[in-house]
Amino acid sequence: MEYALLIYGNETEAAKIPPAESQAMFQGYMEFTKWLEGSGKMRGGRPLEKVSSATTVRVRNGKTTTTDGPFAETKEHLGGFYLVEAKDLDEAIAIAAKIPGAKYGCIEVRPIQNLNM
Amino acid sequence: MDSAIASLYREHYGRILAALIRALGSFELAEDALADAFAAAVEQWPREGTPRNPAGWIAATARHKAIDKARRQSWFGARRDEIQRLIEFEMSADANDDTDSLPDERLRLIFTCCHPAINRDAQVALSLRTLCGLTTEEIARAFITPASTMAQRIVRAQRKIRTAGIPYEVPSNEALPERLESVMAVIYLVFNEGYFASSGDTVVRKELCAEAIRLARILVTLMPQESELRGLLALMLLHDSRRDTRTDTNGDMVLLEDQDRRRWDHRQIGDGLALVKEAFTIHSPGPYAIQAAIGAEHARARRAEDTDWARIAQLYAMLLEIQQTPIIALNYAVAIAMAYGPGRGLALIEDLEASGDLEDYYLMWSAKAELLRRMGNFSAAASSYRRALTVVSNTADRRFLTRRLREVEAR
Repeated sequence: MEYALLIYGNETEAAKIPPAESQAMFQGYMEFTKWLEGSGKMRGGRPLEKVSSATTVRVRNGKTTTTDGPFAETKEHLGGFYLVEAKDLDEAIAIAAKIPGAKYGCIEVRPIQNLNM
Repeated sequence: MDSAIASLYREHYGRILAALIRALGSFELAEDALADAFAAAVEQWPREGTPRNPAGWIAATARHKAIDKARRQSWFGARRDEIQRLIEFEMSADANDDTDSLPDERLRLIFTCCHPAINRDAQVALSLRTLCGLTTEEIARAFITPASTMAQRIVRAQRKIRTAGIPYEVPSNEALPERLESVMAVIYLVFNEGYFASSGDTVVRKELCAEAIRLARILVTLMPQESELRGLLALMLLHDSRRDTRTDTNGDMVLLEDQDRRRWDHRQIGDGLALVKEAFTIHSPGPYAIQAAIGAEHARARRAEDTDWARIAQLYAMLLEIQQTPIIALNYAVAIAMAYGPGRGLALIEDLEASGDLEDYYLMWSAKAELLRRMGNFSAAASSYRRALTVVSNTADRRFLTRRLREVEAR
């Protein structure tokens, strides 16, 4: 089964993390990604730029409206994602728990729709 | 449903269902097949006579019906692994038409139902439905919820299991402690719903105690090395042994010290005491085992005045080391007062009062009042009873407190 691991974090809190810790977290992501690739379970993944760079697009009645910022005001924002192959939810959870962001924010684990029938 | 079939249903439903889910990989398919098999029994047995191995007949019939249905569904393009599983299932089916050889998959079933990815209410509903064979309507009545809400809850949980890929597995050793805690929490929740049932359909709600005990017994058999499971079962058996003496004819609570101990269920107490001993032997005791041991001290005492309060205080101290909560601290204070005099207990309660944690908990004020009363400080006792009355919600408890207040005001 394929799962999206969506990494949510509080950017304001993240800005307060001391540089050494921040560097360690970055290192942690490098190691995690390397591990995931090596396991053959990685199907994709990218870090996202900060939420201040977000733009939201809506189309209603043929009219396109574009606004500055994320789709909703939330304390935690989407910071990045991984797409993984896992045999079941427990395996996906175990992978998600290894993501450095899980220690600060949270990881939403969402199954990908299986369109093969 | 005929009563013999009804009791067969209750006793074997969980086990047969668990095995079917394993074989078919689907809750819905398994449930439908089992329901069809019981329907067939209700229709055929009066005519053809009850089979020699009724549970085996049900299991075999359910298997055949499941295969038929799955075949029909799979005709429309099931995944290859599902078809393969069906073929293997069919081949094994004729060989094993006997429930005794049915592998006991109930562990998988209960861990799946109590998976943390399913919300607590749904964990409870799913467990009762699949392991105990309760109908959606029965569960709805027991939890005073509309049947349609309960039905939706169960359907959503089953959908989540399927869509999110919740595995039908007993958790790995590392995940096991946390997952087992979840299972025990569900069982204890079911028990407490039944134990504190004072409104609604109380008959149905009290059945919950029996179902919780049944679930715990199954688990103790299947996981004999888990000491906390024995602790949980013991705790529930000991509480439940007092069911006939806990309320009076007005529906008011009767204090432990005033209950007629001859009407406690002594056989159940015997079981409970043995389990506590085992729980303490297998492993250093966890919270359920310790609470059960406290219950055991009450159960052991022939009369209230024979209670070993010093031992109970010791047990609460043990409990506080692993579960530091204000309520447990209050119970500890009360035990200390019973064992070593109200003054010592009062000192501990005053600490609790200072912390502010139990400001809105009437039992703290009530306990304080009681100790002050014993020390002869009646006006202070009255203030505490009055304070308790400002935060009590239950009418029976209000009546009790008011009576006590009048007593001390008269002194």
